[in-house]
Amino acid sequence: MFLQQLINGITLGAVYGLIALGYTMVYGIILLINFAHGEIFMAGAFVGLMMVTVFKMNIFLALILAMAFCMVMGVIVERIAYRPLRNSSRLSALISAIGVSIFLSTLALLIFGANAQGYPAETFPVAQIHIGPAEISTLQLLILGLSATLMIGLELIVHKTKIGKAMRATSQDYQTAALMGINVNRVISFTFGLGSSLAAAGGVLVGLYFNAVSWNMGLMAGLKAFAAAVLGGIGSIPGAMLGGLFLGTFEIMGVAAGLSSYRDAIAFAILVLVLLVKPTGLMGRKIQKKV
Amino acid sequence: MAEVLQSIANSMDPYMLQIFVNIGIAIILALGLNLITGVTGQLDLGHAAYMSVGAFTAAIITIRFNLPFSVNLLIAGTLAALVGLAIGFPILRLTGDYFAIATLGFAEILKVIFLNLDITNKALGLSVPPPNTSIPMPFYVWMVTILVIVGVTFIQNSRFGRALKAIREDEIAAETMGINSTRYKNQAFAIGCFLAGIGGGLYAHFIAYINPSDFAFMKSIDILNMVVLGGLGSIPGAILGAGVLTIAPEFLRFMSEYRMLVYGALLVFLMVFRPNGLLGGVDFRKMVFRIFGKREKKVLR
Repeated sequence: MFLQQLINGITLGAVYGLIALGYTMVYGIILLINFAHGEIFMAGAFVGLMMVTVFKMNIFLALILAMAFCMVMGVIVERIAYRPLRNSSRLSALISAIGVSIFLSTLALLIFGANAQGYPAETFPVAQIHIGPAEISTLQLLILGLSATLMIGLELIVHKTKIGKAMRATSQDYQTAALMGINVNRVISFTFGLGSSLAAAGGVLVGLYFNAVSWNMGLMAGLKAFAAAVLGGIGSIPGAMLGGLFLGTFEIMGVAAGLSSYRDAIAFAILVLVLLVKPTGLMGRKIQKKV
Repeated sequence: MAEVLQSIANSMDPYMLQIFVNIGIAIILALGLNLITGVTGQLDLGHAAYMSVGAFTAAIITIRFNLPFSVNLLIAGTLAALVGLAIGFPILRLTGDYFAIATLGFAEILKVIFLNLDITNKALGLSVPPPNTSIPMPFYVWMVTILVIVGVTFIQNSRFGRALKAIREDEIAAETMGINSTRYKNQAFAIGCFLAGIGGGLYAHFIAYINPSDFAFMKSIDILNMVVLGGLGSIPGAILGAGVLTIAPEFLRFMSEYRMLVYGALLVFLMVFRPNGLLGGVDFRKMVFRIFGKREKKVLR
């Protein structure tokens, strides 16, 4: 029973982690809470669904196309709604992000209607594999495997490539990085693209897992993923993954313990408790106050 | 007196009257948040939660005890302030966005608790009977609104208000100047929550039906939009923001389903073209001086 819930929790947590990575990377570089990120996650789920139902594509191809689509979308959103506000107050950029979020979710409502839609059953053949008392489905294995691959890939990009080095430099000090000849605008665009494509992958996986894609799925998932990012210490990439796994596991455990009507509160209760003990999250950088 | 007001209220177009009252309530909420976010500089993403505390308290008091409406509102506001203090006291030591996400978290927790309590009728929500007052609601709401505007103006221009602004500009420097920042932040937070509670009580009795889901994240964001759009820390700005953002969705109603689409785009465009809000950086006192030809006092350097 415990093992079973642990498997379910880690699966959910892996998806939260994927979405949280986008929040944490963007925050790490331009200190913006990108509220439109949940909507990009939703868009990814819909694009994947369209590819599978309308164009009858293989799910893996659909996943890659959804990631590519959302990558472009993230870059465009940054260009239109955030770049003009780069030098104004952070709250203005936050409101702009909220505007984008309202715009995108309404657009999805107009295009796809108010009802939740599901992926067709034959999209991905689900079989149960028994491990001792628990069982894990092939879909859960896919989610875990794919999230792990994407996270390792991200780590490699951030730590082994030139653009990753530029990203780290920009997040440490935006202005100095620009003085050192780093094209900061390109780095920021790249960060948005990368984060958005991860969110899209999360969207397709969530759509498959819960078999429901709807126009308003982005809000709660986005908030919880943001909570995961903060829990792990916002700005820290391993922190986001850890925070996601942590939140997902506790949420499922809480539901299993009979608190299902409090489901949405569990994630936030844990977040608040952790913040009270460790004010900058689990793996956050210590904030130094300069006088 | 009451009959005269009632007949005036009856003679007005009910639709216009409703928008008018909604603006009044929005102004109270926006001014409360403005004190926390605009003046003290603490980003609060869960203001609707304190509003819901006030709304449910006021509704339950009217249903169970039918106390006079003004007493009822005061209790609702006080309870909201107490809840705000209980939440604010531990989390106000968090800095920046960690504080923001903690307020968001508490707001979601409060919403879920209200969705599970028997006294709030769980997810069905409460029908609220008319308040125990002889003054018709529209006039009552605007009376309170004007009181709140005057009160908040006094607060912002007082020693207390200046201390809050000092904390917003630089907390460490303010502490060096002998300002007890923890105490001031808590007090500002409690006053903001008090106003949210009163706004919630008025809202509950005006709409006559409340549901915990009405006070979700998007409601908090609506209030924040008013404050930021008007210009952070500016009282006329918060009033203007509340007015514009209450009227805008009604004004866009002819577009029916495209309404929220345009609303979202409008937020982005307004922010891109007026990043400091509509009245950000506009000083009304200076404008008045200029109109009446008075010179500003020269500052000795």
